Amino acid sequence: MTQEPLLELRNLTTVFPTRRGEVRAVESVNLSLAPGEVLGLVGESGCGKSTVLLSIMRLIRRPGHIAEGEIRFQGRDLRALSEGEMRRVRGREIAMIFQDPLSTLNPAFRVGDQIRESLRLHHIVDGRWPWPLDMGARRREKERVIQLMEEVGIPSPDARYKAYPHEFSGGMQQRALIAIALACEPRLILADEPTTALDVTIQAQILDLMKRINERRGTGIILVTHDLGVAAEFCHRIAVMYAGRIVEMGSVDEVIESPQHPYTQGLLDCIPRLGRERQPLSPIPGNVPDLATLPPGCSFAPRCPLARPVCESGPIPMVRLARDRRSRCLRHVDFAREQGWTWGTEYEISNQ
Amino acid sequence: MRAIKVLERILATIPIMFGVAIMVFIFMRLTPGDPVDIMMGAGGAVGAGEIEQLRAEFHLDEPIHIQLWYFLRDAARGDLGNSYIKKRPTMELIAERLPATIELALGALFFALIIAFPIGILSAVKQNSWLDRFSMAGAFLGISMPAFWLGIVLILIFSVKLRWLPVQGRISYDVNLQEITGLYVVDSILTRNWPALKDALRHLILPSIALGAAVAAIVARVLRSSMLETLRADYVTLARAKGAPEHRVVLRHALRNALIPTVTVIGLQVGVLLGGNMIVETVFGWPGLGRLVVDAIFNRDFPLVQASVMVYAFTFVIANLIVDILYTYLNPKITL
Repeated sequence: MTQEPLLELRNLTTVFPTRRGEVRAVESVNLSLAPGEVLGLVGESGCGKSTVLLSIMRLIRRPGHIAEGEIRFQGRDLRALSEGEMRRVRGREIAMIFQDPLSTLNPAFRVGDQIRESLRLHHIVDGRWPWPLDMGARRREKERVIQLMEEVGIPSPDARYKAYPHEFSGGMQQRALIAIALACEPRLILADEPTTALDVTIQAQILDLMKRINERRGTGIILVTHDLGVAAEFCHRIAVMYAGRIVEMGSVDEVIESPQHPYTQGLLDCIPRLGRERQPLSPIPGNVPDLATLPPGCSFAPRCPLARPVCESGPIPMVRLARDRRSRCLRHVDFAREQGWTWGTEYEISNQ
Repeated sequence: MRAIKVLERILATIPIMFGVAIMVFIFMRLTPGDPVDIMMGAGGAVGAGEIEQLRAEFHLDEPIHIQLWYFLRDAARGDLGNSYIKKRPTMELIAERLPATIELALGALFFALIIAFPIGILSAVKQNSWLDRFSMAGAFLGISMPAFWLGIVLILIFSVKLRWLPVQGRISYDVNLQEITGLYVVDSILTRNWPALKDALRHLILPSIALGAAVAAIVARVLRSSMLETLRADYVTLARAKGAPEHRVVLRHALRNALIPTVTVIGLQVGVLLGGNMIVETVFGWPGLGRLVVDAIFNRDFPLVQASVMVYAFTFVIANLIVDILYTYLNPKITL
């Protein structure tokens, strides 16, 4: 792929100071997303997936902050933008979809007006000043909102325009949120567990809708999910996160078919499958580690079936096993050393 | 549809008012002290015949349930009786005083809200800043200070020492004002009488502050805590993610939802402002309902107390009704 990436994260590190010390919720994350690509960011709750998305939007709640790294979006470093410039990126070029649609829609405003707000904030529909008095622009805005509602599959949008969020079902609420995200035709959509709060049948519909958006408009999507099944269904590439770091990355087929990192293997073993001979699931022992007191070495080592004492002694570099295939495991480091691969950067060993 | 519901609620106040009036009727007659004795005590020596005559005139010589029957029968016809002392219809006396009380309550409410809103919002936005700590300490002071004490201090500073504002009353004696609503500020605007407006406002400032300080403190604290909650809500994050500027995020998305609990508290406080201002009215020589009622209680002027309490109950219920109507606008999940 020689194409310039749509989004590139370099060494992104986001920290939250707490009374017990600094929590590094996202630690040296490197990612890139090609235009029109769908990337799945997978991991257990609390592993920093959502923090990655909020960091990209620069919406980390104080006193948390991005400590290090670059967020390059279409060649620009978003961290270098002023707050005003960043506001023009939010919603306009990068949009976000959240997990719990009911609490994400403002209960006090009509759904149609909430979709319209996105159009108005970024002056998507031309209008004369003073804005609220330009009836023509208002009408065109409303038409656009109804068109968007139709597009995301909200039936009888004319009547639903004036409805309030609590009058919608969960699936309809999520569709409304997708309409809000689509309003300004962004290049990138960050979806934070968009289907977690929904019934399975509705989940499939919403994923299907997002897939259509991706195919029709070429919108890049980062899908954060704890559900490897959803990621496998929907994404082109998968990055697995554990305790703030990416531990494995590769194309969907490779990651699902031949997981390299023991954590990914563990996640796959947790998924019950239909149609297979009944056998007990094998959960990963132990719990997600406390981010404030991470061990110096591999943070997965305490739960890892393949762990050796040396795993906990120092930081584990990412090993680039193939062109787009990475894993952060000491076994691969040993392998790379045997092969005589060179250090790419401080964090990466590769064979190039 | 909404109008019908509102009418229903207003009609529903009638039994409430009667219930309150009956309780006051009974309690007043259970308190020691006889109205005729008190009247006569002030008037010097009188004959026993005269006392009996007055007792008979007020039906005080009859059993209490008969008295109650007379009261309810007359009240149902819209007649709440004459004041024992002033010998005039109680409703007339109340109608003379009520506008002053309403004006003071509105003044205090206005003062409270213009203080409470900026403070409540800013303290929440800048939580734990020096501004937040300072205003919450101030709010604590506002709640703790007794209104009569604050009133006296204000008079001492602004009227006696600095001579900026008048000491007492609603309007100066040398100002002419044609009364329309009885609210002097409104009347002077309606008649375009600007000197009178200035004079009425100058009289209104100190009592409004004395009465409104505690309300300002309570509202600021409630608004701050509900803003802290709504500012953390998911829909506020969405508003930011849409690219909304910070002032819009705070004033539209967060404030709108924080108003729901705040309006409830304001509604309750309006009742306090209307019914709990006897002390401030006394300190500032404000000719309102509060002082009328206090005097009536001391004189055992039963009809006047009963009628005033019914008016209080009515205004309280109406204030709550207004809150409920506002509620339906603020919170679309609720209908009247």
